[in-house]
Amino acid sequence: MAQNPIQSTAATRTQRVVAVSRQRTDTWARRVFFVITILPIGLIAGVLIGLLYRAWPILQQYPLTDLLFGVDWKPSEGRFGFYSFIVGTVWVTVVGVGLAIPPCILVAIYLAEYAGARTRLLAKPILDVLAAIPPVVYGVWGLLVVVPLVETVLGPWAQHLLGFWGLFAVQQPTGFSVLAGGIVLAIMITPLIIAVVFEIFNTVPVDLRNASLAVGATRWETIQRVLLPQVMPGIIAAIVLGASRAFGETIAVLMVVGNIAQVPHSLFDAAYPLPALIANNYGDMMSIPLYDAALLCAALILLVIILLFNILATVVLKRFVK
Amino acid sequence: MRLKPWNRRHLIERIMQIAMIGSLVIVGLCLGAILWTIIARGLPALTWEMISQAPKGGFYMGKGGGVLNAILGSLYLASGATALAMLFALPIALYLQTYLATSGWAQLVRLALDVLWGIPSIVYGAFGFTLMIVLGVRASLFAGIIVLALVELPIMTRAMDEVIRRMPRDLAQAALALGSTKLEVALRVIIPQTLPGIVTAVLLAFGRGIGDAAAVLFTAGYTDRIPTSLFRPTASLPLAVFFQLGTPYPEVRERGYASALILTIIVLLVSFGSRWLAARLQRYTVK
Repeated sequence: MAQNPIQSTAATRTQRVVAVSRQRTDTWARRVFFVITILPIGLIAGVLIGLLYRAWPILQQYPLTDLLFGVDWKPSEGRFGFYSFIVGTVWVTVVGVGLAIPPCILVAIYLAEYAGARTRLLAKPILDVLAAIPPVVYGVWGLLVVVPLVETVLGPWAQHLLGFWGLFAVQQPTGFSVLAGGIVLAIMITPLIIAVVFEIFNTVPVDLRNASLAVGATRWETIQRVLLPQVMPGIIAAIVLGASRAFGETIAVLMVVGNIAQVPHSLFDAAYPLPALIANNYGDMMSIPLYDAALLCAALILLVIILLFNILATVVLKRFVK
Repeated sequence: MRLKPWNRRHLIERIMQIAMIGSLVIVGLCLGAILWTIIARGLPALTWEMISQAPKGGFYMGKGGGVLNAILGSLYLASGATALAMLFALPIALYLQTYLATSGWAQLVRLALDVLWGIPSIVYGAFGFTLMIVLGVRASLFAGIIVLALVELPIMTRAMDEVIRRMPRDLAQAALALGSTKLEVALRVIIPQTLPGIVTAVLLAFGRGIGDAAAVLFTAGYTDRIPTSLFRPTASLPLAVFFQLGTPYPEVRERGYASALILTIIVLLVSFGSRWLAARLQRYTVK
């Protein structure tokens, strides 16, 4: 009874009982809710520990540098080098993010600074639908459009115009390539990057723009000289967020990237990213010793890199929200 | 010709505007190209048989049947996962907003949710599979639902958190001033008031769940039967698309395109349906 906040002498006994039971329900709800909020944090720890535990056998058997920088991938002979997969993932991610950044930032600036209500109303469903389309559908589109495009148009062009430069040399003219994966990824991460950059621009006070416009700057000059320096960390965070999404994308990339375990040297080479490695081989790896641990080690590498990316991006973005 | 500075500055302004509008048009065209390709290639193979029947013998060599097993499987998987995720997402979002607001613990939980959102579904899938081995659970609808729920949880929670955060404080404060406990405020003021946003968050997560292939790849398995039990493997649409495209038979690949079209239609229906529903529910909130 000591905690009963209702001190009114007029309150009848029943009223008091009701008040106490309401308080008690509230206290219990608070406890239950609190326990549930432990779940997200526990889940991160759980996934990390779970993967680490299952990958432990291989981490114990081979030094980490051999796993990360070994080029040989011959599970049946006990050789597990992730280098070509890691490099493949990085290539596809860099190409995807590189293609996505310029148009995404321009669109976000346009929507935040120039567009009227009607244009925004028109753009929102476009971005929503792009975000809603499932990865496998992007994969189908990549298979039907992007791979043939790379094979018959972009590849020959690049070979013709820039073939002397290794980055654009076409050694494997199938279309299944880093470039195809990058193009598909670029479109997939577009809605995310645009949404984050748009939000960041909206956090800048209107006064800053007005001050710059009042002294005669054009709108682009205002954006370039006043707004961009303000929001730069946020834009970088948005890009990191997009990169981490691209880094872990599995099914869409797997369908167009060729899946050949090699270190790619050209945009037109096939690659074999880490997520594709896991997806393609998990399930039928029980007969080879350490194969299972190796694949979970791949998942662990993926997870650790993405955790770092995400924590970095989130911490930077938090500063803007305030 | 040398432009005067004034003209040059305006020229740059023009060029940048054109570049921006051009980028927006490119993004729009990409979406158009994707939808057009999926419709143009999927529609010819989309028959009633595709939607109404499970695969028959020799389906993967071009014989009769459809993907009803995958459609139902995906709906079961995503519905179960969404329900399960909601069970946790709603309390977390309410707790963050009513009891904690901006305390350190709330910041930590939000950071955790953002990080979880970024974890790729293949990692959840691999994690789920190792958990299944430890617990001795076979690939099944049940296991698929749990792993998909993990994928959906951060999306749903953060969306709800955002919606509740944007709700004007005065209504909740009025209720508190009248002597409501925080729980009562949460259940009787915040939930009804933010219902449109909560529905949007739930359907957003549902849409993400139904389209995810990597999380269910090892955990839900695949079967040609229509799912009947929680503890049996189940097919799913994304994997149906994936497997059908992997065959060398053109007829089967055509049906893969049709399956992709079915999946796209479901996802778009959910996306637009949620917006329509939210607009309808908006009427019942206090302005």
